[in-house]
Amino acid sequence: MTNKTALKRVMTYVGKYWHFMLLSLLLGIISVAMTIYIPYQIGKAIDLIKGFNDVDFDGITSIAIQLYICIFILFVSQWTMTILNNKITYKIIYDMRLISFRNLTQYPLSFLDNHRPGEIVNIVINDVDTFADGLLMGFSQLFTGLITIIGTLFFMFVINWILALVVLALTPLSLFIAKYISSHTYSMFKKQSEIKAEQTGFVEEMISSLKVVQAYNHTDENLTSFEKINEELEKCSLKATFYSSLVNPTTRFVYALIYALVAVIGAVLCVNSTNFGGIMFSVGMLATFLAYANQYTKPFNEITGVITELQNAIACVARVFALMDEEKEKVNKDAVELSNVQGNIDIDHVYFSYTEKPLIQDFNLHVKSGKKIAIVGPTGCGKTTLINLLMRFYDPNSGEIKVDNISIKEITRESLRTNYGMVLQDIWLKSGTIKENIKMGKTDASDEEIINAAKATHSDSFIRRLPQGYDTIINEDGEGLSQGQKQLLCITRIMLALPPMLILDEATSSIDTRTEIKIQEAFDKLMQGKTSFIVAHRLSTIRNADIILVMNEGNVIESGSHKELIEKDGFYAKLYNSQFEN
Amino acid sequence: MKKLFANLKSYKKEVILAPLFKMLEALFELLVPIVVSQIIDVGINGNGGSDYIIKMGVVLVFLAIVGLAFAVTAQYFAAKAAVGFAKKTRSCLFNKMQSLSFSEIDKLGTSSMITRMTNDVNQIQNGVNMVLRLLLRSPIVVFGAIIMAFIVDAKSAITFVIEVPILALVVFAIIFATLPMHKSVQSKLEKVVTKTRENLTGVRVIRAFALEEKENEDFTKEQEGLYKQQKAVGIISGLLNPLTYVIVNLAIVALIYIGAIRVNQGNITQGQVVALYNYMSQILIELVKLANLIVNLTKSIASGKRVEEVLNMESSLIHKKSEGENESEYEIEFNNVDFKYQTASEESLQNIDLKIKKGETVGIIGGTGSGKTSLISLIPHFYDATKGEVLVEGKNVQEYDDEILRDKIGFVLQKSVLFKGTIKDNLKWGNENASEEDMIQALKTAQAYDVVLKKEKGLDSEVEQLGKNFSGGQKQRLAIARALIKKPSILILDDSSSALDYATDAKLRKELKKLNYNPTIIVVSQRTASIQHADKIVVLDDGKIDGIGTHKQLLNTSKVYKEIYDSQFKEGGLKNDK
Repeated sequence: MTNKTALKRVMTYVGKYWHFMLLSLLLGIISVAMTIYIPYQIGKAIDLIKGFNDVDFDGITSIAIQLYICIFILFVSQWTMTILNNKITYKIIYDMRLISFRNLTQYPLSFLDNHRPGEIVNIVINDVDTFADGLLMGFSQLFTGLITIIGTLFFMFVINWILALVVLALTPLSLFIAKYISSHTYSMFKKQSEIKAEQTGFVEEMISSLKVVQAYNHTDENLTSFEKINEELEKCSLKATFYSSLVNPTTRFVYALIYALVAVIGAVLCVNSTNFGGIMFSVGMLATFLAYANQYTKPFNEITGVITELQNAIACVARVFALMDEEKEKVNKDAVELSNVQGNIDIDHVYFSYTEKPLIQDFNLHVKSGKKIAIVGPTGCGKTTLINLLMRFYDPNSGEIKVDNISIKEITRESLRTNYGMVLQDIWLKSGTIKENIKMGKTDASDEEIINAAKATHSDSFIRRLPQGYDTIINEDGEGLSQGQKQLLCITRIMLALPPMLILDEATSSIDTRTEIKIQEAFDKLMQGKTSFIVAHRLSTIRNADIILVMNEGNVIESGSHKELIEKDGFYAKLYNSQFEN
Repeated sequence: MKKLFANLKSYKKEVILAPLFKMLEALFELLVPIVVSQIIDVGINGNGGSDYIIKMGVVLVFLAIVGLAFAVTAQYFAAKAAVGFAKKTRSCLFNKMQSLSFSEIDKLGTSSMITRMTNDVNQIQNGVNMVLRLLLRSPIVVFGAIIMAFIVDAKSAITFVIEVPILALVVFAIIFATLPMHKSVQSKLEKVVTKTRENLTGVRVIRAFALEEKENEDFTKEQEGLYKQQKAVGIISGLLNPLTYVIVNLAIVALIYIGAIRVNQGNITQGQVVALYNYMSQILIELVKLANLIVNLTKSIASGKRVEEVLNMESSLIHKKSEGENESEYEIEFNNVDFKYQTASEESLQNIDLKIKKGETVGIIGGTGSGKTSLISLIPHFYDATKGEVLVEGKNVQEYDDEILRDKIGFVLQKSVLFKGTIKDNLKWGNENASEEDMIQALKTAQAYDVVLKKEKGLDSEVEQLGKNFSGGQKQRLAIARALIKKPSILILDDSSSALDYATDAKLRKELKKLNYNPTIIVVSQRTASIQHADKIVVLDDGKIDGIGTHKQLLNTSKVYKEIYDSQFKEGGLKNDK
């Protein structure tokens, strides 16, 4: 995305708040006008204080009254402007995040699986923030900065064009110096961040594996490696920090020079004002000028900073837009709601692959209502892929999957998915209370229903032992709960939902054998008369399955009942017997 | 923050010189208004004329040059102290973290340790740099300006005495009012972050339950909370600039009025009024700088506290004086041991009595949370037993130097990790001086040699950070090889073959039996198949030993063992390669 198109699109977000924006700009002009006018009036007042018995008190009083009014206007306009700018910024952040988030919930799994969560979170949170801060705050700073420069220059020329020219001619010097320094420190900063990244990588690796490090007495070697990087970091860090910190003193030095020149030339003008074609110059004007020289140089400094920030902001927003522009899952408008599910599932000639490399090829499976299908096979054999296809997390490249004789493409995704109860090996809990987590299965469940579901999975007793029982708040990692307990909560969700079809992917892998036996009864009850797909290592489940699918490299290489497969003495029989080997 | 600041000690010179030069710069800046007032009073209003004015102009330029020189010097010393301080702090911190015992590591958590090491130290470095440069400068300019005002005219200077406290009060009131609000914005933002991340990590579950709409609603709610808080902070912090500007300009109006009276009475001159006016402006600029400094400083202090917390930690492992060598027929002994994790409320192990002979192979089995890992973690003295004693080769583990004890033990953790470098580098963790033959031998035993052969560069193949370019099963096998290279007298495998299929697991077991140095082997597993041929099997249940014996004995004596075995074998248990 080019900067221009990105900017154009930004305007559609800003455009929503154009009236606030306009008001803010107007207030900006007013407050800048006041900051220029106030020193001008003060200068005039100083001119009225000439010397012993030569002070125009009436004049000073009337100027003072004017100043009070100006100060008041300045206060109101500046404060209101800040509040407005904040409002616009935060509103735009709000809008952008909302759209990003909404889109994320509509993107296909293929997109989400291919991007690390951290990467996306970074765009939705940090990039949006940087953009909003940079572009909007930057814009208002740029705008007020420019008006300040133009306004101050204008007033300087009105008061005295010679001095104004002096100031105008010298200020680029500070810009030039700042630019020179930053372009020379850039490479130092780049090197610094490279070494920093190296160090962080090392620290991450070693600290996260401290237990191994200690078990292998490797601390001394680590410290030596660390010190080496650390020394290097210190060296280039010192350079980068020092050289970049020169910007402030040198620009300050340039201002001091301007200040001195203004003072000298102004004073000479005062003394010889008649010699310069009758240009009037007074002490008060000199004071005003000195104040202006300060005021005028400040936005120059800010503007250099703002420009880099703006560039950064545009890069950020381009990433945000790119995230928003991903293709959404296609919605079939004529799709029907799946209801009164029997659970007849037909998979016909399905081909599927994530990449160029073919994975599932010509997959066929016909499952009658209420049958139990067990899936067995080594890593990467396509078990998870099959689940992805059944749940329509992914669509097949070709071929068709039908539920009760309706192609799943003709069924709304929501109704297809809610008719399956799915428990995955990857345990996932959301941050919130235990109750909220269980309720994911049925959002309008009563407390009684929840407790009954928990009892069925033997989790009621451990939940009750938690500090706040069902209202105990757990975080995303489920801290304080064991893996097994977390998995029990995932199963409880399904017990509450009671869906007509089931997908269980190693649903009890983290639960100890004894609890597992107990839950099994509940599972058996749950599965009665329901079409279920089971990936499991427990042979009891597998053996009782109506069909066992043995998968390898994306294809079903054997299928049949346990007995049939053992008799066949193929892959399954080998896998099965390997555990009895010594 | 004593420990933290100890790292500044070797930068005493810089720490003193940086603010000193900064102070000198400030003093030179304070002279400028006086020079300007001289230009007005002597040059313009008096009879000094252009010559005097130009002379004073030269003085101004001189002040600017000297100011620049002082400032650059100060920046250099400040940068040197800050960067050096950060370096020392990082070293100390890294060293400290490596020395912590498992209890402290558990308590801190790795992600928190990494943030302290990186973000927090950076924050502190900035803090030190800023403090050295600005913390002294700003007050000196403010007080210096007041003093200069008094020197110019004491009666007019009253306006300063009234103005500065009010200004300071307003600035600090706003800062301290908004600090907690900023914190609350931060926590609200974190909620938005969590919600976003959850939606990505839990996308399958959320979509399976078709909860996308509800998630959208919840996200909107979190966002609204954030928006409201941000707006509230903005209203108050937005007051800072206009309000300080108002106060200073009101003071200037008052100053001009008083100045007018004083000039009218002939007490001071017009130039002196201008000088006072200039001092007033200087104060405003410095106070705003000081305010920003304090906001940043609070962040640095918070970081400093987090770092200090780690620096103050001491390994809680108990070490006792050795009471001489004890011969024992047992390699490992547990005598009536209890163990509780410091963060836990209940004991993880109770009344453990266990004796393991030299060269024996021992299996440990039990459900999740039964205490298997806790039990074996006591052998290399990763943790202290809360009661009883653990002996290795007849000597209490607390009497060993940890390094010597751990050199005897090859420990393969549940979660296998490899480190950035080559495969060779990784194997050398086990033994710095291992030859290539040693390595190949260990790899063969660990069933990992085919992993290495498959790689183009063999032993010199690159390993990415944490072994990301290897699968779980490959990492496990390489980790076992790394332990074997030590030729340890005790080899502990903590569920280390969980990612291996049954056939490979069986081969591994066979090879381990053949090791010529005959190590004592302890195998923790959830699979009965992995341990059933061990000399001795320990069955753990809820932190207690339920039974010790051979497979056959336990089938009759341990209900727990029989249950586990039945669930996996009688009905069969097929755990395929995940």
